[in-house]
Amino acid sequence: MWALLIRDLRLATRSGGGFGLALAFFLIVCTLVPFGVGPEGGQLSRIAPGILWVGALLSCLLSLDRIFALDFEDGSLDLLATAPLPLEGAVAVKALAHWLVTGLPLALSAPVFALLLHLPGPAYPWLVASLVLGTPALSMLGAFGAAVTVGLRRGGLLMSLLVLPLYVPTLIFGAEAVRRGAAGADPVTPLVFLAAVTLSTLALTPFAAAAALRVNLR
Amino acid sequence: MSIWEYANPVKFMRTSGAVLPWVVAAAALATVGGLVWGFLTPEDYKQGSTVKIVFLHVPAALMAINIWLMMLVASLIWLVRRHHVSALAAKAAAPVGAVMTLIALITGAIWGQPMWGTWWEWDPRLTSFLILFLFYLGYMALWEAVENPDSAADLTGVLCLVGSVFAILSRYAVNFWNQGLHQGASLSVAPGERMSAIYRYPLYLSMLGFFLLFLALLLIRTRTEIRRRRLAALLARENRA
Repeated sequence: MWALLIRDLRLATRSGGGFGLALAFFLIVCTLVPFGVGPEGGQLSRIAPGILWVGALLSCLLSLDRIFALDFEDGSLDLLATAPLPLEGAVAVKALAHWLVTGLPLALSAPVFALLLHLPGPAYPWLVASLVLGTPALSMLGAFGAAVTVGLRRGGLLMSLLVLPLYVPTLIFGAEAVRRGAAGADPVTPLVFLAAVTLSTLALTPFAAAAALRVNLR
Repeated sequence: MSIWEYANPVKFMRTSGAVLPWVVAAAALATVGGLVWGFLTPEDYKQGSTVKIVFLHVPAALMAINIWLMMLVASLIWLVRRHHVSALAAKAAAPVGAVMTLIALITGAIWGQPMWGTWWEWDPRLTSFLILFLFYLGYMALWEAVENPDSAADLTGVLCLVGSVFAILSRYAVNFWNQGLHQGASLSVAPGERMSAIYRYPLYLSMLGFFLLFLALLLIRTRTEIRRRRLAALLARENRA
């Protein structure tokens, strides 16, 4: 498992791995939004929690198809499927690797982007907390979407259609936590729900993703 | 006699072919009857004539949810017992369910405009239906995209299971996110909360009509899918010879 994790991280961080692409995309989203809605600080800080979460979600989506597509093409996915490590475990590790190179950097750098959008001060810790708690679910669900569409031509487009509706609960609870933090209300309730969604996703999705992968490798 | 006999396509084709004309006739009778009866009901003292949309809106919404449920059961049967008819029935049901969802959304908008003063409101029920519609779209798109029919059935089956969990989760998450404008349950067994009998009975009839309509469409579409499968098999045999 360690070997697989380290291999995936290495592949993602070397040149051509697309590491940092998600961050750049997030930056562009945060730059474009003020052009769209106008530069007034009050308006921006009101919509900032939602924009930050939607931006994080879309940047996560960007690199999802890489979780399995390259391994599927060069055959290493077949090796993984026949390896002693259960395919469910391999899926979970690959999702973890995806999270480490996209979700975690996004969560840690989100305060910088929040600055661009005039996010109210008290919301910063909650923004980081909600992203750290929520992005694992995004990676895990994304791994499921990637597993379903791995063998398809134009799978990427279809994957966004399949995965984005699954992101709804995570987005709702995550953005709500930040919004409550910004308003000075108690953000613990949505955070707890968010953690519940993430944990159940982590527990159950590997099985669905592995089932889908087995079908695609048949 | 057990329901599993109909997993045999020949048996399914024979029985469904015999039943189909009756189902179609009953569906036409009940749907048209329910809608006409509903149209002839007196106007509501508060909502005026717009109340008549209920006879389209509620049955469509009811079927939209239950068709997804039927697809879930059919997918489970396919994943567990590998009956092809089951997978094809789930495939055949999806577009009907999507159209029902769309009818519920559109009639809801037409009703909401005069009553709430808005075509669309980010109300939990409305939002959940929009999400349900997206799930239907994704499901159908996946069926279209996968070429091998067995893989397609497997993948959409898994998607249907995961989608069901998340559809329910979204339903409650959306409740948390925004308080609603939509009324609660339309039909309640509690006396006092019930809608008046002059509206209730035509509503029951049109609900029955929509159910039969779905059944008829499901049978027709499943038969088409089976025939398409047979045609593909014949063509494959032809090419091999």
